[in-house]
Amino acid sequence: MDLHEYQAKELLRAAGVPVPPGRVAITPDEAEAIATEYGVPVMVKAQVHAGGRGKAGGVKFCKTAADAREKAQAILGMDIKGLTVEKVLVTVAADIASEAYVGIIVDRATKKAVFMVSAAGGIDIEEVAATTPEKILYLPVDPRYGLLPFEALRMGFFLYPDAKLARGAAKIMQQLYTAFINAGCSLAEINPLVVTPTNELVAVDGKMVIDDNELDRRPDIAALRDESSEAPSEVDARKANLTFIKLDGNVGCVVNGAGLAMATMDLVKYYGGDPANFLDIGGSSNPEKVVNALRIITSDPNVKCILFNIFGGITRTDDVANGIVTATKQNPLTVPIVIRLTGTNEEIAMEILKANGFSASSDMDEAVQRAVALAKGEAA
Amino acid sequence: MSIFIDKDTTLLVQGITGRDGSFHAKQMMEYGTRVVGGVTPGKGGQVFEGTVPIFDTVHQAVHATGANTTVIYVPPPFAADAIMEAAAAGIKLIVCITEGVPVLDMTRVYPFVKEHGARLIGPNCPGLITPGASKVGIIPGRICTPGNVGIVSRSGTLTYEIVHQLTRAGIGQSSCVGIGGDPINGTNFIDCLAAFEADPHTKAVAMMGEIGGTDEQEAATFIKEHMTKPVVGFIAGQTAPPGRRMGHAGAIISGSSGTAAEKIDAFKAAGMGVASRPVDFVELISARLR
Repeated sequence: MDLHEYQAKELLRAAGVPVPPGRVAITPDEAEAIATEYGVPVMVKAQVHAGGRGKAGGVKFCKTAADAREKAQAILGMDIKGLTVEKVLVTVAADIASEAYVGIIVDRATKKAVFMVSAAGGIDIEEVAATTPEKILYLPVDPRYGLLPFEALRMGFFLYPDAKLARGAAKIMQQLYTAFINAGCSLAEINPLVVTPTNELVAVDGKMVIDDNELDRRPDIAALRDESSEAPSEVDARKANLTFIKLDGNVGCVVNGAGLAMATMDLVKYYGGDPANFLDIGGSSNPEKVVNALRIITSDPNVKCILFNIFGGITRTDDVANGIVTATKQNPLTVPIVIRLTGTNEEIAMEILKANGFSASSDMDEAVQRAVALAKGEAA
Repeated sequence: MSIFIDKDTTLLVQGITGRDGSFHAKQMMEYGTRVVGGVTPGKGGQVFEGTVPIFDTVHQAVHATGANTTVIYVPPPFAADAIMEAAAAGIKLIVCITEGVPVLDMTRVYPFVKEHGARLIGPNCPGLITPGASKVGIIPGRICTPGNVGIVSRSGTLTYEIVHQLTRAGIGQSSCVGIGGDPINGTNFIDCLAAFEADPHTKAVAMMGEIGGTDEQEAATFIKEHMTKPVVGFIAGQTAPPGRRMGHAGAIISGSSGTAAEKIDAFKAAGMGVASRPVDFVELISARLR
């Protein structure tokens, strides 16, 4: 789960990281009031889950409170990479002498939380890693000891030769690490970490990504989810305990298991079609999941054909068949459906489907080819 | 012959009284796995299905039964502790089926398991099976048949699909290992490939990877440098958009890294057979067994 910048900054501030004062606004009036309260100049920053906000015109420098109002007016409602801006962060603008990058990720290779720090801040760290890797210091943290003081100081001195700044940065590293662990992050970064002309350190931008598996035990963090920033169909799916990702194609896919779901999408593409979604109904046989899956998929007007691909291992295919029958009785389909199922109770499933006017195949390739043809409006 | 489990595997089931644990314990017993004990804190002294003693702790269970392997079906918040409990009790093979274990928990679990000299498979995996001998986890026994193809995969149902197609084509398996779909897991492709290379009964290996991370790329390098047996690979997620988790916590393209294309290129560079579709495994594996 991604946090907004303002949410990440609140968590960082609570951990002691120096963050410029500011608050989130949802109207131009509020933006003006915040600018007046904290003092100008301010930055007005779009709060959306997308990179490249600045390039899209979603981050503006404002010299006066009236200016903040005007810029907020322009940014609120703006579309950035398909997402509508509902909130802006109004925050005191910092004077910048230099910018650094400080981040922590859970690294798959070392199987540890790893710090990445670079004096080349303010830009895309992936680009720095690709072009000038020597400008980045990587420091894996041993989870048994946490970030040790000498490690934090080593990173501080990597960024700043000045001892006062290095110590200040080391303290921020510790605070960032604490925030990272306490929020259950898979990524936390300060970019840029700014040194002001008066030699103060400030975190001018912050980003946090929370490991979804942490949310059950961290209700305070789970409460930060902003559903308005997600596709409504994905919110609906999550509430129904389905894993759903909307795509641009027209073949709606309902599959059990993530790997098979990806392989099914790939096979749709292989045969010249385009998947409309990723959808994993999981390992259980609950017919209600099938009902919810069909409701979510058929709400997408792009979908021209629905493809079921079920491998019955633990999942009972007769339960899935019953789910299909129930769902289509409640809401009759307006697009063709292709059903492939094989495995546990396949014969019973086929009987159920046949008795209700459906046909089904046990061959994955055959079913996918048929679904692709139907989605294109060809007779299959 | 096989890797990791065989007829001598003596198994504990952690979480044996839960919904999933009890269901799969029965399935494993029906398959012929030697389930020697169960563990559920607070239910020590009870007996499962009339034959399997239940213990409060893994320590007691190991002491009483001498089990060498455990399978874990406990809910995500308790899974990390269950894994470490098993390692501390001297279990050498720990299979964690649980999906949803926080990755920061795994950063602590991984070194702990290593220090205790144990092997962890998973979490978020279907476990493993040596057809005709033993099954530990949830892989449906009836889709498998004994043979000489090793299977290693990050996925569950996709693996079943491919194993099923191989079995129908008369191609049996030495062992099938699901290593799991999480970003940090206990056993990776290379561990399994090395074990298959060392297993005299395995003649070829089918591996199913997916987007996210670099495990497949490293496996390709290992195959090129260290394996004499043929390996056929597949990557799921060629149509996955970047930055989105495709169901598995580890199946995500980060920036421009972890794409299906780079993994397939690595396979090709290692001289491996590459299956474009699941069904292609049948032909590609057959050709390599001839």
